[in-house]
Amino acid sequence: MTERKNYTASELLAVMSGRILKDGQIVFAGVGIPLLAATLAQGVHAPGLTILFEGGVIGPFVVPGELPPSTNEQRCTRRANMVLPITDVLLLLQRGYIDVGFMGGAQIDRYGNLNSSFIGDPEKPATRLPGTGGGNDISSLTQMIVAMKHEKRRFVDKVDFITSPGFIDGGSSRADCGLIAGGMFRVVTDLAILDFDDDTKEMKVLALHPGVEPDEVRDNTGFDITIPDHVGRTDPPQKDELAVLRNLDPERLYTA
Amino acid sequence: MAEETLVLPHLELRRRTAERDRGLREKVMSLEEAASFVSDGDHVALGGCTMSRTPTAMIWALVRAKKKNLTVSRSIMSSEGEVLYGSGISEHVITSWFSQGIVWGVSKVMRHYTESGQARFDEWSHMSIGLRYRAGAMGIPYMPVRSMIGSDVNARLGDEVKEVTCPFTGERLLALPALNPDIALIHVQRADAYGNAQLDGLQFMDIDMAMAANRVILTTEQIVSNDSIRRAPDQTRIPFFTVDAVVEVPYGSAPHECYGVYEPFFNHMDALAEQTKKDPEAGIKKYLDDFYYGPSSWSDYLDLLGAAEIVDASRRGRSIYND
Repeated sequence: MTERKNYTASELLAVMSGRILKDGQIVFAGVGIPLLAATLAQGVHAPGLTILFEGGVIGPFVVPGELPPSTNEQRCTRRANMVLPITDVLLLLQRGYIDVGFMGGAQIDRYGNLNSSFIGDPEKPATRLPGTGGGNDISSLTQMIVAMKHEKRRFVDKVDFITSPGFIDGGSSRADCGLIAGGMFRVVTDLAILDFDDDTKEMKVLALHPGVEPDEVRDNTGFDITIPDHVGRTDPPQKDELAVLRNLDPERLYTA
Repeated sequence: MAEETLVLPHLELRRRTAERDRGLREKVMSLEEAASFVSDGDHVALGGCTMSRTPTAMIWALVRAKKKNLTVSRSIMSSEGEVLYGSGISEHVITSWFSQGIVWGVSKVMRHYTESGQARFDEWSHMSIGLRYRAGAMGIPYMPVRSMIGSDVNARLGDEVKEVTCPFTGERLLALPALNPDIALIHVQRADAYGNAQLDGLQFMDIDMAMAANRVILTTEQIVSNDSIRRAPDQTRIPFFTVDAVVEVPYGSAPHECYGVYEPFFNHMDALAEQTKKDPEAGIKKYLDDFYYGPSSWSDYLDLLGAAEIVDASRRGRSIYND
């Protein structure tokens, strides 16, 4: 038993993924953990980081306690540099202005393909999920960071449906499809940070979070995952990181 | 009536446009009169996105007029999509994301109607929907795009998209068919009697949609004078000659938001999510009885939403202009 943690799994996700973002980057963020992480990064180590929202917003500052319900309402535009049509903000991805696309995920597979459309057979689904939104565009056109809970049912060998492409079937298959730019960069979970093998494009463990043993990752992953012998260790969330986060989301809408 | 071909032939598109009265004329009318512009079977495009500038009042009028077999497209569908399915005015939705909103999880109504096969939800990537309207607005038959290829979103669309090779670079791209809706429903903050529309804040896909559509019904929080439009023509986003009807409807997007005027009515949305959780079909039908069929007028509908909720949503809405 590890010592009692003073943070929730969602807070851990936000902190760990926020650390991956670099100052000066242009980040296309979804609401929830991605937005919290990007805003956290701005407050802690990346003041020159710019957030873009799918609703058509460039460079807003989120007001603490007024987190937007989606990327498409007026709260997203607070202190923004520019608002523009949805199609045009998404076209910035295609043009190549965006460094990182950052979103959550419902189901992911060993090659980083994401499913947010159907659980089960798409022709007769057990669950019809809401769909891609801009997820397919973002993951098709830029480097991706995905933040999600590490559960066996979410980390599967092969997704039921590729909504947002990762490395498709691995190797060069992504580029072979015509997706010549972008790809999965990191997957951040409440157990570990994962990246992808340069050649096979299979997911592997880059670093384990504090108190997490390799078997815990294996047990919660639905496919054989490579964990190197000398796998890295992340530093636990710091007081200043948690303070910024709790100020942003005092009602814990996204960090409960 | 809607054409059967995926892309409207260019000369047919131009013929329909040429037939429209594009003169500078007043076109103010009631919701009920405007509803008569929509024919059964039409492709109807909805302006706004998710819970923002949704043309709720016009949808309300179409539901009350018992329209049938509409195909409805939008960038992202929220609770208005549940109303479309539940009322039966549309069993075919084309969008990129469909749920009430992230905070309420997956829409039980959307799940119920799509999983049971009662209704269809064609999923396109968000940018693809936008580029389809844009190609429609540009008067070209298709738009190449670098997304959707390689995914099952693409695969599931079958013949509605085609892989093409760039004639200059040899790159593989996806060709998206232009979308020229039969009619677009767009809600704005202000417009004049001719249909010059000014919209504040987020524009979503509304401008392309207005240019692409064969008809446009504009609902507006406020009708303003043509003089006031002409004082700030740089603020005009939709020109009068694309517009066929102008309806003044205060709180025309409620329970969704209208930028700078009111934010979403969150309590109302919470109640709708709760009501449709256990039995989605019964829940949405009760909602329609209470809020769509029950009220005698739009003001009566607003009465049901409640003064306290309207005041709260308005106070939050206006706060966007207060630093």
